[in-house]
Amino acid sequence: MNDNVTMIRFNNVNKWYGRDHHVLKNLNLEVKQGEVVVVCGPSGSGKSTLIRTINQLEAINDGEIWVDGIQANSTKTNINKLREEVGFVFQHFNLYPHLSVLENITLAPINVKKVPAAQAKQQALELLERVGLLNKKDAYPSNLSGGQQQRVAIARGLAMNPRVMLFDEPTSALDPEMIGEVLAVMKQLAESGMTMMVVTHEMGFAREVADRVIFLDHGEIVEDTMPESFFTSPQTDRAKQFLRQILSPMDQ
Amino acid sequence: MNYHWDWGVFFKPTGIGSEIYLDWFMTGLGWTIALALTSWIIALFIGTIIGVARTLPNKIIANLAAGYVALFRNVPLLIQLFIWYFMVPDYLPESLELWFKQDINPATSAFISTVICLGLFTAARVAEQIRTGIEALPQGQINAGLALGLRLPQLYKDVLLPQAFRIIIPPITSEFLNVFKNSSVASLIGLMELLAQTKQTAEFTANLFEAFTLATLIYFVLNMSLMLLMRKLEKRVQVPGLIALGGK
Repeated sequence: MNDNVTMIRFNNVNKWYGRDHHVLKNLNLEVKQGEVVVVCGPSGSGKSTLIRTINQLEAINDGEIWVDGIQANSTKTNINKLREEVGFVFQHFNLYPHLSVLENITLAPINVKKVPAAQAKQQALELLERVGLLNKKDAYPSNLSGGQQQRVAIARGLAMNPRVMLFDEPTSALDPEMIGEVLAVMKQLAESGMTMMVVTHEMGFAREVADRVIFLDHGEIVEDTMPESFFTSPQTDRAKQFLRQILSPMDQ
Repeated sequence: MNYHWDWGVFFKPTGIGSEIYLDWFMTGLGWTIALALTSWIIALFIGTIIGVARTLPNKIIANLAAGYVALFRNVPLLIQLFIWYFMVPDYLPESLELWFKQDINPATSAFISTVICLGLFTAARVAEQIRTGIEALPQGQINAGLALGLRLPQLYKDVLLPQAFRIIIPPITSEFLNVFKNSSVASLIGLMELLAQTKQTAEFTANLFEAFTLATLIYFVLNMSLMLLMRKLEKRVQVPGLIALGGK
């Protein structure tokens, strides 16, 4: 990990939905290159909104967001150029159903980055091998299980050679038996040095893979700490309550 | 009822050249197909542009497109045809007006007017289908495209339109068939398409019922075959679970 290079920085970021719903409240945070940061928090805490502001799928009302030295929320920034460098994995995969697995992965490299088709295909095959789905290259998304679709979605994001990968609840829509295969791919990616920000409730992943855990509640960063200290000695009542609910849901 | 059906009438000579009445129907059918196909190409092309424009984030463009749809969908086709045929030529630059009224033959000018009229009218209806097709897609498809850095034209060309077209094949088939039926308005400005030939045959022979029965049959068989063709197309480009793959 390179301790000095900041990959993502939030400076006093505010976002409202409508007039009354203050969904992100004066957020400040920093993610360094190579860092893996897990964002967790109760439903409605603003986690998904937070991660979507980084590539401006959600606009912000106030403050600054910097990604790899570029201000994402500036009107002067070519947001498409920035998005090319930021991979995003969705809860519901969002593969293109009318394209084969291979075409899903090569579409953006060929059309956006103007990579020659043969080269894009070669890279896609390598990525599919990496996520263990080389044999599915000609399949269509609807013929894949949820876990397989999400692994293709990760490969699709990686095909742009991004500087950062963002994950918005990547395992929440999966059947339990498929969560492991997706987390394994993410873990391998983290070990390869990729900068990652992951919104997830998978506390096992947070504990094992993350460098930091950010706990968000009501649009505020309540805790920002090492996984070990977050799980063993949460500082706030809100975090303690959240951990109780998520680690032993039957025991309320 | 005491009507004497005489199906042999179609093989009788018309008295003009060596033609039989059936030849008139075939000439009419030729004009009908030419009218409909040309209008349909215009309608698909302009309708796609207007339909896409209605879904663009730019409100001015979206509203202009909505205005187009309102204008062309809410005025009767026949009035539109009379405007295009009788009024618009008077307001053309003089050289173009003279060309339209004197240089080309009457059938050609009627053909041009009808094709423009029917093309633009049907475009408004196609635009609505395209818009609903695009709007039926999950927001996640748009977000996934944007997140990968696809520019707006690429997003439409590679992600949204290929899916939208598949979704709207059944309703757009109806529009396609409507163009064939609507092309009969050309008979009112003197173009000898299928309906006009039918009326002429009825007047020449007094075999009114036979003439209109044959016309009915031709329109029916024509549209039925197109419908089956479109169903084949739908099957061929079908993508399982197109809408089921949701997400935001």
